[in-house]
Amino acid sequence: MKAVITVIGKDRRGIIAKVSTYLAEKSVNILDISQTIMQEMFCMIMLVEFESEESNISLVSEELSQLGTESGLSIHVQREEIFSSMHRI
Amino acid sequence: MINPFEIIETINMIDKENLDVRTITMGISLMSCADSDIDVMCSKIYDKITTYAKDLVKTGEDIEAQFGIPIINKRISVTPVSHLVEVLKNPDIDSCVKIAKTLDRAAKATGVNFIGGYSALVHKGCTKAERVFIESIPRALASTDIVCSSVNIGSTKAGINMDAVKQMGRIIKEAAELTKDTNGFACAKLVVFANAVEDNPFMAGAFHGEGEGECVINVGVSGPGVVKCALEKVAGEDFGVIAETIKKTAFKITRMGQLVAQEASRRLNVPFGIVDLSLAPTPAVGDSVAYILEEMGLEQCGAHGTTAALALLNDAVKKGGVMASSYVGGLSGAFIPVSEDAGMIAAASAGSLSIEKLEAMTCVCSVGLDMIVIPGDTPASTISAIIADEAAIGMINTKTTAVRIIPAPGAKVGDTIEFGGLLGSGPVMKVSSLSSEEFIERGGRIPAPINSLKN
Repeated sequence: MKAVITVIGKDRRGIIAKVSTYLAEKSVNILDISQTIMQEMFCMIMLVEFESEESNISLVSEELSQLGTESGLSIHVQREEIFSSMHRI
Repeated sequence: MINPFEIIETINMIDKENLDVRTITMGISLMSCADSDIDVMCSKIYDKITTYAKDLVKTGEDIEAQFGIPIINKRISVTPVSHLVEVLKNPDIDSCVKIAKTLDRAAKATGVNFIGGYSALVHKGCTKAERVFIESIPRALASTDIVCSSVNIGSTKAGINMDAVKQMGRIIKEAAELTKDTNGFACAKLVVFANAVEDNPFMAGAFHGEGEGECVINVGVSGPGVVKCALEKVAGEDFGVIAETIKKTAFKITRMGQLVAQEASRRLNVPFGIVDLSLAPTPAVGDSVAYILEEMGLEQCGAHGTTAALALLNDAVKKGGVMASSYVGGLSGAFIPVSEDAGMIAAASAGSLSIEKLEAMTCVCSVGLDMIVIPGDTPASTISAIIADEAAIGMINTKTTAVRIIPAPGAKVGDTIEFGGLLGSGPVMKVSSLSSEEFIERGGRIPAPINSLKN
């Protein structure tokens, strides 16, 4: 199952490292990463793949959001379908 | 991979612009629970609801967590209870109230926010049991917490049942009196319809119609804030651009609703019914239909031009939404519940928005005079006359209209009544002091209108 992780916040060192280390621990595979600065905000978008089924994503979402709050970042984990259905016909 | 700007747009819609799925509503047929013995029937009803809807709330929460879409309410709608009352050996008010309490208990056991379907369809005439059932509504609503009730008193095909209109004016007053401790809260759970729809997921008017199957999932989206923010970006443009912008936004909102509906339907193994394309406001600032109208260039909602602005909004939402969903239904349109919309509350408090203007607005949008607080001493006949006016608009224009009006006991024009939560707070609005007593006293039926020679 694929999901999109977005990390938005003030640019600082080690953001990618922190998130990707966490994902490695949870054996979530990163398929693609893109990073840009939008309206002076650091914005990283990751496409990831969860090995196991549905329950895992809720946990990862919760823990990453927690991790984000600690470092002043807003982190969202959402299944890919929401974006493809909203923006593609 | 999806464009990062699109991803950020979606996240902004949810985080900053109050985009959410308003409700996942499970419709359950209670026909199989009919029994001439009230106790047997109640236990069948309880068992059926708690079995069918046992995973509804959990499924909603899971979808919310995995897709990152807030789902505000999970609800249940059931077969109009008046049908069940018909079957009883001795239909009396006590048995009706017993069914209401059973619904309340069952709904609470499943953890849903509301259960709708304490309803009767009497647009042409009333059976004996239906008359008893309608009399039970005030007590049923006063003695339950999350049961919602609706009565259909008119339709384009049948005309308007003026006997039922008369009765409902009195019923609304009684419901307000019985719950005077909470400013007549029972009336916030009671809607009087013309042309009621069978698959509406929104409360208080949801019921599981006769044409529906055993069990179904209907979804209602919401997103006035998103539409307003989209319009901010096209300031000064002409109406063609405005309509186009609303359509595109409605498309995205509805696609999200469609996704949630399909996912819920798959997980619960219940057929997907419809997505209701409604813009449903909440009292949160930034989630208001009135603010969209004001964004189009009106000083305040209620100004001349409000009806035209609302007509454009309502139509564009439908045009955008229809292509985004495989099945569209329910009420589908912009809602204008006064107490649930920060902009409407402000406009009504400032005296910019009158009940007459709201009535005109209901000609071009869903659904009707919704969540309007009026003085507690308003006569029942005046309430009936308000219902008759609204039903006439629905009947002639072949659309659903409704009245959900609260004659808050003791309240005077200028007071503000708090309901809390999604129901918000409402300024008490002025109604005409002229009498409609004799008009309502006549009773009978207003004949169905002609459906050609339309001018």
